[in-house]
Formats: sequence, C-alpha cells, structure tokens
Amino acid sequence: MTRESHVPFGMPRPAALPLNTAAPQTGSGNGALAGGATEPELAIPEGINVEAEARKSGVFEVIDDLDRELVGLDPVKTRIREIAALLVVDMARRRFGLEAERPNLHMCFTGSPGTGKTTVAMRMATILHRLGYLAKGHLVAVTRDELVGQYIGHTAPKTREVLKRAMGGVLFIDEAYYLHRQENERDYGQEAIEILLQVMENQRNDIVVILAGYRDRMDQFFSSNPGMGSRIAHHIDFPDYSLDELVAIARIMLDGQRYAFSRDAEPAFRELMLRRMTQPRFANARSVRNALERARLRQANRLVSDARLLTRDDLMRIEAEDIYKSRWFTEAPESRTGEERIVPAD
Amino acid sequence: MHLTQGTFSYLPPLTDAQLKAQLQYALDNGWALSVEFTDDPHPRNFLWDMWGLPMFDLRDPAAILLEVQRCRDAYPARYIRVNAYDRTLGRQTTALSFIVQRPSNEMGFRLERQEGPDRQVRYTLHPYAADRAPGERYER
Repeated sequence: MTRESHVPFGMPRPAALPLNTAAPQTGSGNGALAGGATEPELAIPEGINVEAEARKSGVFEVIDDLDRELVGLDPVKTRIREIAALLVVDMARRRFGLEAERPNLHMCFTGSPGTGKTTVAMRMATILHRLGYLAKGHLVAVTRDELVGQYIGHTAPKTREVLKRAMGGVLFIDEAYYLHRQENERDYGQEAIEILLQVMENQRNDIVVILAGYRDRMDQFFSSNPGMGSRIAHHIDFPDYSLDELVAIARIMLDGQRYAFSRDAEPAFRELMLRRMTQPRFANARSVRNALERARLRQANRLVSDARLLTRDDLMRIEAEDIYKSRWFTEAPESRTGEERIVPAD
Repeated sequence: MHLTQGTFSYLPPLTDAQLKAQLQYALDNGWALSVEFTDDPHPRNFLWDMWGLPMFDLRDPAAILLEVQRCRDAYPARYIRVNAYDRTLGRQTTALSFIVQRPSNEMGFRLERQEGPDRQVRYTLHPYAADRAPGERYER
C-alpha cells in the first residue's frame, strides 16, 4: 500500500515546513515570547545595559513618536514610559534567569471622547510587540455589538471569534461598560464578560485586553464586575485637553493636510474652541477635527466665489472669516445643541 | 497501530510548540484553518466532524491552538486533525492536513477477504473501532 492511499483528502503538496525549524522554542518556560526579541539560548551575561537593550528593541522610537505626535496627555505618557521600563527590565531579568511571572498587561483607558484612547492603544500594541510581549502587535477594536449575540448560544462563539482574531495583539473594547446591563440580569453581556475573563486569565501570553470608556461609568462597571477590575493592572486616565493643547492639535492636523492658519485665524479658532468647550457633547480632538473640516468647507466656498487668480498660498490658508462664520459665533447660544450641523454660513 | 493519515503521520506526535510553528506557517500562507474530529478513522472516511467553523482572518496560531485544546478537552479519546485550506484560484483545496491527537489505544484495521466468483478475492479494510457504536469507540 502506498503512502498516498492513506491520504484521502487530496495530496498535501510540499506544504509543510521542515520540522526542525519548529523545534527550538524559547527555552525559558515563557512560550509567549515572540521570536527575535530575546535570545534565551545565549549564555548568561555578566551584566546588561538595560538602556541599550531597550534601544535595540526600538521601543523608545515608538514612545518618542508618541511624545511628538500626541499633544499633552502627560500623565498617560508617563504611565506608558513606566510600563515600557518595567517590561524592559523584566526582559533583562529573564536573561539572568530571574524568572518572574509575566506581568499582567491588561489595561483600562478612561477619559472623555476624543482624548486619544484608541490612538494610544494602537501605540501600546506596537510597544508590546517590539518588546516581545505580543507575537503580532495588531489592534482589534470592538464594541458590544461584536461581542454579544442576539439569542441564547450565540454569544459564546461570537465572543470567542473576536478573541481569536485579536490573539497575538490587542483587543480594544470601546465603551466596555455596555457589556453589563444592570437592569437586565438575563442580558447576554454577562456571558461575554465571563468568556473574556476566562481568556484574559488563561491566555495572558497571547492577548492583551484594553477596555475604554468614560471614567465614572467604567468605575461602575468594575464595581459590578469585581473579577474584571482585579484582572486589570493598569488604569490610565486620559485628561481633557486644555485650550492651548486643542489649538496645538489643530495646528498639527492642518499641517498634516497641508493647510495653515492665517495670522488672525488662529486667535479666531482659539475663541471658537473656547466657546465650544463649555457646550455639551464636546469631544476634544474630535471636535477640533470637525471644526477644521467645516473651516475647510467654508474656505473652499470662499475660494470658488473668488474671481481673482489663486496662488498656492491662497489654497493653503484658512482665514479668520472661515472660522467666524461658524454657527458657534453666528447663532444665539440657546439654539445651539450638541455638534454643529453644517448649515449655510450666511 | 499508529494511524498514518495526513502530513507528519510517520513522525512522533508534534509538541504544542511544533504545532504552533506549523500553524504559523499555514497562516503565513494565507490558508484558512479548521479543526475536525472523528472516531471512525477509515482512510476513506474523509468527512470528519467539524469542530466549529473554519477560522478566517486570524493572525496568531494561539487562536487555533485554543480551539484544538478545547476540542481535545471535549473529545480526549478521538482523532483530531487540523486542515489548512488554500483558497487561491487554481488550487482551492486542502493544502495541509495533519493529525494533532490520537486516542491512546489505537485499534487499527482488520483486513477482510471476500470470496468472489472464480476464486477472485476482494480485499477491504475494517476498523476494529467501527464494531462499536459511534461515540463509544475509543472510550475505555
């Protein structure tokens, strides 16, 4: 009998890689270490330059990028530096054979909308990947919809599906408190939470879960799910941006799209933000982006109706009038609710 | 008797680390992986029971290992295999398939000879396990 006759499901072509490449896994117990970041096979060194090690992993570049590209958020940046330092030291300790349990890396990001939680989570995934704590370093962002099913028996496979997709990376659950519905104890959200907890505990080496949402509602969520709270090591609070920071963000955003404020447009924008900040549903950086989008619209409108020859500079510049035509200036305060709709400016 | 079906079946069983490396190889090729189990190991029985749906859009082998482990826990005394399906046009077939768990007492096959006309003999294989009812074939 030939070998082929044992293989009823189509001849496997020369598909598999040679086994010997698979055999030597990271020697030191912790199988989660992704290849390349550490070399436990090396002889125990006499001393380690932790700083050089960290530099080699490229983690500081990510943190420096974070510093440069994200305005403000000082407490967040400090915390991330601390976490990165802990992980670097942990890596160095392992080189000396000082086995410690893998640090708990699940996190909770709290803060108002538009304070950069998703962006930081993405950077976090990269940092953890560079340090060898995550095999892939991608980010899977989900909300309640993607975790909780619609009928009995639907939730578990659905949650597990998402968790599997996020393995090797970060699972980012936005507005995580919606998973728990206090008023309905038969809500399927509880089932999703249980599976999450199970995976957060058992697959700690393969996945990092980051929960995000408003501070107060997150606290409430943790008090009704103590198991979840105790499994999350890092609670990071994202402060609201100050007025200066909002203007700085606007400048960076404009720069990225090759626009610029004219000299008197910037104070105008500052004034606009000052008015907007006190209004309901102010969403920090997201409101800045929306305001800029509308300023661009008004600029385009102004340029189209302009008969003269336009220079490159004209096309780049946002004038004060593009901003002063905003509804926040032209309408009475009582009629303004929430985000500005795009209305004819005049 | 050591069942030899699929890739790697002439080798000692893969460790989880080796299994993970093979799964990573399949993922790197863009193949969709699925887990299947059976207690009827006849070579012509290629329709094994599916353990959940085939898994698409995965990045990390840990996810498949998780399903394999869940299947092992649920069916500790059955054959479990992992299939990798290559969907590229022109191939569209199983690219890699190998057994990741076998029962501890692999019973093997009986060779049956059927007497035909003119002293003709027809040969066929019969798994000893199939003498018992499905579900209790490899249980102790």
